[in-house]
Amino acid sequence: MKDDRKRSWLVSMALVAPLVLFLIVFFAAPLYTMVSAAISDPIAARALPHTSSAISSWDGASQPSPEMQAALADDLRAIEDDQLFGDLVRRLNSAKSGFRTLMPKTRNALRQDAATVDLIAIDQRWADPAFWHPVKVATASTVTDRNLLAAVDLERSPSGDIQAMPEGSSANRATLVRTFIVSLSVTLACLLIGLPYAMVAASVEGWKRQLLLGAVLLPLWTSLLVRTAAWFILLQDNGLINSALMALGLINSPLPLIFNRAGVIIAMTHVLLPFMVLPIFSVLISIPKNLMPAAASLGAPPLRAFWNVLLPMSTRGIVSGSLLVFMSALGYYITPALIGGARDQMISSVIAYYATGAANWGMAGALGLVLLVATLILYTVYLRLSGEEEAKR
Amino acid sequence: MNGLNVAKLVFGVAAMFFLLAPLVAILPLSFTSSVFLNYPIPGYSMRWFEELVTADVWRRAIVNSLIIGVGTTILATVLGTLGALGLRNHAAFWSLAFIRTAFLLPMVVPAVVLGVGMQLMFARYNLTNSYLGVIIAHSVLAVPFVVINVLSVLQAIDPRLEQAAASLGAGPVTVLARVTLPLALPGIISGAVFAFATSLDEVVLTLFVAGPNQRTLARQMFSSIRENISPAIAAAAFVFIVGTILVALVLILSRRSLNRR
Repeated sequence: MKDDRKRSWLVSMALVAPLVLFLIVFFAAPLYTMVSAAISDPIAARALPHTSSAISSWDGASQPSPEMQAALADDLRAIEDDQLFGDLVRRLNSAKSGFRTLMPKTRNALRQDAATVDLIAIDQRWADPAFWHPVKVATASTVTDRNLLAAVDLERSPSGDIQAMPEGSSANRATLVRTFIVSLSVTLACLLIGLPYAMVAASVEGWKRQLLLGAVLLPLWTSLLVRTAAWFILLQDNGLINSALMALGLINSPLPLIFNRAGVIIAMTHVLLPFMVLPIFSVLISIPKNLMPAAASLGAPPLRAFWNVLLPMSTRGIVSGSLLVFMSALGYYITPALIGGARDQMISSVIAYYATGAANWGMAGALGLVLLVATLILYTVYLRLSGEEEAKR
Repeated sequence: MNGLNVAKLVFGVAAMFFLLAPLVAILPLSFTSSVFLNYPIPGYSMRWFEELVTADVWRRAIVNSLIIGVGTTILATVLGTLGALGLRNHAAFWSLAFIRTAFLLPMVVPAVVLGVGMQLMFARYNLTNSYLGVIIAHSVLAVPFVVINVLSVLQAIDPRLEQAAASLGAGPVTVLARVTLPLALPGIISGAVFAFATSLDEVVLTLFVAGPNQRTLARQMFSSIRENISPAIAAAAFVFIVGTILVALVLILSRRSLNRR
């Protein structure tokens, strides 16, 4: 019997193995790559090996020593690879602006005069400890928390303490707050429409219920892009909604519905509404039909029966649906990118900008990590809740 | 009580209007003869459907979508069906139960996050700007649907059927090929349909992984909404919506044939 069990396990594992391997290589590994891009910082240590050891004993405040200057001069002369040099300049410039001009100037001067080690003679800025400090930090370690801190608008001061970035230099925290607010608004809008909708669908039977559920399922099955395109067309200044309102004489000039927050919330609510309706509906139909008449026969007015009986019993569906909607809304990209204006872009758009527009993989990875962690936490809560529900049955 | 019923009716109709009207409103626009996407429609023509099949960008996008969709369907269905067969007795082993939960993660992780990671990693193995790369990326998203669909059918199969076949002398491979797989076919078909639909609708991973030569229909729709919107979008949407209804019919029919047995 024990051999049988072992054999069945081995067969199962052999069947699952290709899929597990596929997902490790093409799902887990990309996520790992992204996280490591967020925290790895190998360029300066690789490009400036001598400087790295010479600068490690420097106190960070005094005049840069001749040894440090000589080491940096050697390292800069030794860099043959222009791509590596470019990466190095970009890395240092992101810590302190000015390196973009300083580094090429220094490198050219060092190449013309193969003997000099006096960097201060080449450019006065090398006398300033503020320009040596980023070099020390960047060469000290191949991992960094710089991107992760920058993802929430924090940075390290020259002395190494964590501090807020200067006002107006970074908008990541504002983006995170905006993502949170939009997701919350969409969740509330879905709840306001979805809860009564699920209740109506659960209270009727036959073709009426089929029709109500079909109306939820058809949009769910329709391409996301088609639904977004439909809203794009409807919400335009000369789109159907505005022309209908103007024809009715309700408004004189078109309402601004597209490229703003209202449009994003309307379209996202439409897209995510099925995820709210379906969990609530499945909880509601499991509630015994005679509970509400029982409450009524005991003298509870309809509103009180709803508040004290039906609502508490459907809480689990409401929480599951809200978590699903909120979780999906957090990572939404397509709808805000197409319907939203510049001031409605959520965290996904910023990640996509860093990755495809700015080629700043560190920041894309750090913000991606923030989004990934938030999503996984919500998913764990959701799993825990639905697991409890299964155990109860 | 009558007032409550009226309120229910009004709310139900209003909510259904909100859900369905946008999808219905876009359909007539695909037959417009004008270059603008708004009502009233000045005249009807098929010019935008012609544009869809004759204009180079759209035609290539449709061909790419079909190539990538078929590739994704094959890869995801094979991997997912094997996986589902392995996960059948997940109740008996905690290791399998764990794998089953982990399988659903590709549906949960935000596509942009996965896209950034894939773009970085695929670049190292020269998989960006290739059909194979896009097919792999789409398969990662499609595989959970196949596993869920096949698994739910497998668990409805009466184990005595397979035991009977084995007791009559059929080897494990024969049982699989002659009993289990035919019984699981409706689940495999609906899994494959979901895989194809997932690939057809995927934009975000395509944005990160595909090059200009792998522009899919969904990707082309995304950029034309962004850059120069034309009624060709509505025509493409029309194709999508009609396709959705056909797919729904296939799924309902395959469920029917399952129930009949």
